[in-house]
Amino acid sequence: MIKISHLVKNYGNFTAVDDISFEVAKGEVLGFLGPNGAGKSTTMNMLTGYLSSTSGSIKIGGVDVLDDPLNAKRLIGYLPEQPPLYPDMTVEEYLSFAYDLKNCKLNKEKHLREICEVVKITDVYHRMLKNLSKGYKQRVGIAQALVGNPPVIIFDEPTIGLDPKQIIEIRNLIRTLGKEHTVILSTHILQEVQAVCDRIVIINKGKIVANELTENISRAVENTRRFNVKISGPQRDVLALLRNLPGICYAEVLAARDGDAYTYMIESEVGIDIRKKLFWALAERKWPLIGLEALGMSIEDIFIAVVDKTAPEAAAAKAKKKTRYEGVRAAEEKELASDIVEKTVKDQENASFEEESTDSAYYEDHSIKEDTFASEGEKNEDRKED
Amino acid sequence: MLAIYKKEMRSYFINPVGYVFIGVFLALSAALCCYTTLQSNSYSTASYYYWLILSMIIIIPLLTMRTFSEERKMRTEQMLMTAPISITGMVMGKFLAAMTIYAGCLAASCVNLIPLYVMGKRESNPDEGVVAGPVTPEVVGSLLGVLLIGAVFIAIGILISSMTENQLSAAVITIAVLAVMLILNMLNGVGSEEEGTRLINNYVVRYIIDWISVVSRFTNFQYGILDWSALLYYVSMTFIAIYLTVRVYERRRWA
Repeated sequence: MIKISHLVKNYGNFTAVDDISFEVAKGEVLGFLGPNGAGKSTTMNMLTGYLSSTSGSIKIGGVDVLDDPLNAKRLIGYLPEQPPLYPDMTVEEYLSFAYDLKNCKLNKEKHLREICEVVKITDVYHRMLKNLSKGYKQRVGIAQALVGNPPVIIFDEPTIGLDPKQIIEIRNLIRTLGKEHTVILSTHILQEVQAVCDRIVIINKGKIVANELTENISRAVENTRRFNVKISGPQRDVLALLRNLPGICYAEVLAARDGDAYTYMIESEVGIDIRKKLFWALAERKWPLIGLEALGMSIEDIFIAVVDKTAPEAAAAKAKKKTRYEGVRAAEEKELASDIVEKTVKDQENASFEEESTDSAYYEDHSIKEDTFASEGEKNEDRKED
Repeated sequence: MLAIYKKEMRSYFINPVGYVFIGVFLALSAALCCYTTLQSNSYSTASYYYWLILSMIIIIPLLTMRTFSEERKMRTEQMLMTAPISITGMVMGKFLAAMTIYAGCLAASCVNLIPLYVMGKRESNPDEGVVAGPVTPEVVGSLLGVLLIGAVFIAIGILISSMTENQLSAAVITIAVLAVMLILNMLNGVGSEEEGTRLINNYVVRYIIDWISVVSRFTNFQYGILDWSALLYYVSMTFIAIYLTVRVYERRRWA
């Protein structure tokens, strides 16, 4: 649905986006991550035709954004970082303006009502935008992007300023949208990406450093070899046992103490599930195992590792400050990060220059059933009845 | 374009700006009309419309100052630029909305001439061949001229508004630019050709000043003559300013 190839954006001598290529399939929810100033917003602005690219091409549903901006823009609903609201308008006027601006052909009254129900702004429908709270403003911004039911929806940090309940609602909304629309989502909140997105693209210093399915990353995150175990028993003997147990390559005592129980951190060798073995070994000695906690990597760790890997100077400075324990912990993420980065770099190199024929693009049917939102609304009503 | 036009028209009337403009326009035109005709015992509307043009320098920026600078400040231009409308359509929508308000005010200000016509009718005596009162072709010509000059001023105001993020600086710069155009025209007129006392003697400089001074071409309209070259000049000046506004936006995309 979206095809970005060799996109470059220069601001004078500064290269904000440096030769990035990726594709987003129809119905996919793509999470777009990156530290501040990585080029996320620039990329999104180019996708939506707000900025032009220095070189490279962007095709939305086969339509080039620079060659045929009007038709490309017709396919996109965009929520910028700061919702573009006119403070002097009511929600109704504003959405009606967005409707006219996009030159929609749906039933206006019904369409706007449906959208308001989906993003839950019906109760402020007649209020002035300047009097709304940040959360409501954000939701009106989202509503504006949904007007006209465009097949591609681009959200730049949609959940900023929302309360936790609203965040969950918006995430559910994005997931629902993802069924029929192509969604690109930029965010700083990594759990959000994990919860909502099918695929993650991480960008740093204008280059794509990771492009991976979310499930692959999650799986990697779960396959940990490290555990915190809490064992009730003489500390020295337990530690000796742990260190001598075949399959464990590292063990140390952590400071936390609970009665006669100590917490130990162990790391198993690659490809072994140490937990059963550990249980039986302890049972033999009659040292009760009080707790076993898998030290999973969080997606944050991976993100930081990936970003650090692509910015060596910063990583080196950081490494100096790290304690031994953190050093050990970080090793695994670094491995994973380098895998991801290498794979992405390889993919980028293989990215083909070939140009698809776009003649048929105009006749592609991008229409989405008119009742995308209606069905959702009905579902909600059903739930209430239950 | 229609969506933008409707939105602009609405915004003129939700904000005080629209009302302020209409109020100031009508009050000022009424005062000028009074002063230049009734007070000076004259039926000639020439100096009334000349002064009206001068006052436009101050009040047209009221109309145009927020057109683009406000959008830029509120970041709403991002919505317009990512919507499926062309930049030309966006600029034209805004220009036409401002023109509608301006033309409406100009039409409403014709009320000022009623006393003149009434007085003229009383004083004139067709039997004795005495005709008094304002000359209708002159009035119509002047109105057309003022409308065209207003279009140029509005287009220039919109251009300047598109280059700044602050309403106030947009207004001040617009006033300055329009005033400079006018002052140059006045300097050009100082002294006389025959006596050799021209302030500006250089022919090239005179030509350039004449080319950019919008007001000098108004004279023929004042006498009720439809001057096609002047009409073409005003329309082209308007379109040049609109085109430059479009370029400003294109340029920003490519920057």
